[in-house]
Amino acid sequence: MIVRINPFFALQDLGRRRFLAGTGATLSAAAVALMAGRPALAAGQGSKHDDLETDVRILNTALGAELEAIAAYAMGAGSGLLQKPVLDLAVQFQGHHKEHAAVLAKTIRKLGGTPVEAREHYQFPTDGLKTQNDVLGFAAGLERGAVSAYLGAVPLFRGRELASAAASILGDEAMHWAILRQALGQDPVPTAFMS
Amino acid sequence: MKHRAATAVLVLAALVSLPASAIAPGDPVRGEAIYARCQACHALGYDRTGPKHCGLFGRRAGGVPGFRYSPAMAQADVVWDANTLDRFLANPTGMMPGTAMGYAGIADRQERADLIAWLRQASASPIECPP
Ligand code: HEC
Repeated sequence: MIVRINPFFALQDLGRRRFLAGTGATLSAAAVALMAGRPALAAGQGSKHDDLETDVRILNTALGAELEAIAAYAMGAGSGLLQKPVLDLAVQFQGHHKEHAAVLAKTIRKLGGTPVEAREHYQFPTDGLKTQNDVLGFAAGLERGAVSAYLGAVPLFRGRELASAAASILGDEAMHWAILRQALGQDPVPTAFMS
Repeated sequence: MKHRAATAVLVLAALVSLPASAIAPGDPVRGEAIYARCQACHALGYDRTGPKHCGLFGRRAGGVPGFRYSPAMAQADVVWDANTLDRFLANPTGMMPGTAMGYAGIADRQERADLIAWLRQASASPIECPP
């Protein structure tokens, strides 16, 4: 049985706490500290605010890439080049990216940020997409890149719970990549490490 | 005694040759494979989550017209070349705090050299980057 999990569960509480500490409440606390002649304290509150900004920035870049992936799968599924069962895979993977995007946007809001929105128009290398394998190869490249992108984000998060949530998404992208490679007739798991 | 002297010579040789031998000239073939790590966000010929890379060398940081950069990147006083790219790719948020490229970087100098060697060619390729 597959149990659906919520990788962002730890955030439900922490997010609220960090949000309260990070925005309105911070400013007034910092102001109070300043008035009391304790700039060190005020600076400490400021750095908490910087942490939040940093995390929101990373999450928003990830969200932008997820929104593009959703559009890419829509393009692939609508291209008429994908046959079942590969077509079903594309739709399923698109659904995962929608879930990633939803949870990222919700987290960004919780941290006091504004989530980026999907663009009206995305550019894709459609000239090079003539066969099912072209589309699968293109999708595999995006998924492989997504693994690297999350891997590169994990150590940067100031909130450890965000790092762990990003790693949870990373695992999903890695499975997509392996399955797409399998569908292409390539070694699905060519290396022991991702970079 | 003899053995120890030989060891000392070996250790010395290793120390002396370290800077030179630690990094070979960048290999663009390896670099192309390493660029796969960038392809969640970048393409050569068009803007995505990150800006396009065509025309990168010699361009000011934040210099792709129409791309919405972070203030940190838009205001950075940096021109992209092998040196500045090496610094940036080692630690993007370290070199440019506040950048929207939320990516830890590439720790391995050789990998960076390979990637930069490929980027130098590819970002000037008339096929990928028509004028
Ligand atoms: C998670 C998405 C993401 C990943 C992965 C990523 N980048 Fe970026 N990159 C960006 C964004 C977003 C910007 C714009 C940053 C800003 O405005 O602060 C950027 C900017 C850059 C710039 C500056 C370009 C200019 O026009 O000034 C270079 C160079 C660059 N990236 C190279 C790379 C390379 C090489 C890799 C792979 C090792 C990579 N990036 C991986 C998102 C990413």
